[in-house]
Amino acid sequence: MSDMKPVATRDSYGNALVELGKKYDDLFVLDADLAAATKTGVFKKEFPDRHIDCGIQESNMVGVAAGMAATGKVPFCSTFAMFAAGRAYEQVRNSVCYPHFNVKIGATHAGISVGEDGASHQCLEDIALMRELPGMVVINPADDIEAKAAVEAAYHHDGPVYMRFGRLAVPIINDNPDYKFEIGKGVVLREGSDVSLIATGLEVGETLAAADELAKEGINAEVINIHTIKPLDEELVIATAKKTGKVVTIEEHWVNGGLGSAVAEVLSEKCPTLMKRIGVYDTFGESGPAKELLHKYELDAEGIVKQVKAFL
Amino acid sequence: MTTQELKKMAVKVRQGIIESTHAAKCGHPGGSLSAAEVFTYLYFEEMNIDPQNPKDPKRDRFVLSKGHTAPGLYSALANRGYFPVEELQTLRHTGSHLQGHPCVTHTPGIDASSGSLGQGISVAAGMALSAKLTNDDYRVYTLLGDGEIEEGQVWEAAMFAGNRKLDNLVVIVDNNNLQIDGPITEVNSPYPIVDKFKAFNFHVIEVADGNDMDQIAAAFKEARETKGAPSAIVMKTVKGKGVSFMENSVGWHGKAPNDEEYEQAMKELSEAENL
Ligand SMILES: Cc1ncc(C[n+]2csc(CCOP(=O)(O)OP(=O)(O)O)c2C)c(N)n1
Ligand SMILES: [Mg+2]
Repeated sequence: MSDMKPVATRDSYGNALVELGKKYDDLFVLDADLAAATKTGVFKKEFPDRHIDCGIQESNMVGVAAGMAATGKVPFCSTFAMFAAGRAYEQVRNSVCYPHFNVKIGATHAGISVGEDGASHQCLEDIALMRELPGMVVINPADDIEAKAAVEAAYHHDGPVYMRFGRLAVPIINDNPDYKFEIGKGVVLREGSDVSLIATGLEVGETLAAADELAKEGINAEVINIHTIKPLDEELVIATAKKTGKVVTIEEHWVNGGLGSAVAEVLSEKCPTLMKRIGVYDTFGESGPAKELLHKYELDAEGIVKQVKAFL
Repeated sequence: MTTQELKKMAVKVRQGIIESTHAAKCGHPGGSLSAAEVFTYLYFEEMNIDPQNPKDPKRDRFVLSKGHTAPGLYSALANRGYFPVEELQTLRHTGSHLQGHPCVTHTPGIDASSGSLGQGISVAAGMALSAKLTNDDYRVYTLLGDGEIEEGQVWEAAMFAGNRKLDNLVVIVDNNNLQIDGPITEVNSPYPIVDKFKAFNFHVIEVADGNDMDQIAAAFKEARETKGAPSAIVMKTVKGKGVSFMENSVGWHGKAPNDEEYEQAMKELSEAENL
């Protein structure tokens, strides 16, 4: 892992929007009274005329964005994952996805690593809700570099895109010179033969650290970063399953409906493989410091090592 | 309680807000402090409740629709005897029953889980309707932020409550004029608030200073006497009230005092207690 300073991907979102805003004047940013938290404040400062604060009304914001997209603009809606995918779900479905409008959703504060705000704000179902929707692209970047690349790719993609960002600062793992981001393409971060660890979002960094620990105990794990959950890189998932014969998925999400389910759907139809889904099991989150919660719910490297060993 | 005692209790409620957010190193002091008088009046004077029997089916209900101001509610509950005041120090800690936003299954005295703005008022309307359906005479109170009322659901609930003439429902709007991204007038103005509630068939009670205990008392009395329509108490308050450097400051919406700020705040509040 790099010794660059950890960055929360919500910061990457705001910073990437500023860079893109300089190049493309059809890019607009919408907020719902959370510009200070979604980190779009930097965009608002640089381009006050292209920032629209809708106030506390997420459903209306998504509908307004649909209207802007319908008339040729590229709106980025920003709010917490809970309110983007949850509160405004049906507007995303019927006003954005059904007409296949070019609306981008920047959903910050996803997962249990929201921390102290607690369960009401810890969205553990957004991947499930968003990946169901026909034509929707779902991206869950692992670090600052990937998050910025994802925002740029989302701008250039024609159609709705849901991007999941975190509140917690996470280590940089993609700082190699030939890093390339492509929607729908998973990345093998570490070759291995004993088990495939398929992770997404902030769990990619934890999984790499877990793989190092497992290696010390003679377990040679392959680590794959699935930054795009939809469309899923089925080819890569099948290839790694064939190679190791054992697949573990790791995500900061309820195990039902997220990455684990997406991988299980592909494998059960095309390459039945023994699987373990690591995530949150049928319980709401709770208040506490983010790192304490990741530890308690066995979503840090230590917890992953423990669960992978129990599976093997 | 006498007005003087209620005023003193409001200071205690404020101290609990500062204690708990300082211990949590996060949380929302601003909107908790602006509503300290309301929390105090509801739990020490207005509501028919019993801390020893928090699930009494006959009790009055309170729904904190603006759930982020849980520190204010928790402080009132603790001071009223629902749980020890010392437990306020565990706010937002892993394993604590005091979650960042109110939760029925965690904390005694909480009547609805909230935190997602705009939803609590509907739950309160449902409770009020429920009482009407079975001729129960408990009353239902709900507290909303002035930013929160930008949510469309608030007006769906208002239309419903007005149409159903839920006169056992009291909707309180904490009109402190600030939300997260700035003054409510700059973000997405909900004004005129009073006219809106009137248009939704509410009996509206305007309170010029919602941090004044006498005015609060008069407003709740008027609401109680109102028949045939739900009441809305629209009260002008000061966000961060009682701690000089937090007053009217957007920055203190969701930030905890550090050690130095904590000392200063507690000093100011202990002086207020001795007035
Ligand atoms: C549905 C929803 N959207 C956004 C938020 C995030 N949020 C928490 S507090 C707040 C501002 C609330 O302002 P206001 O209602 O005026 O409360 P007060 O000033 O009394 O603190 C926002 C946007 C939320 N909790 N719920
Ligand atoms: Mg306010």
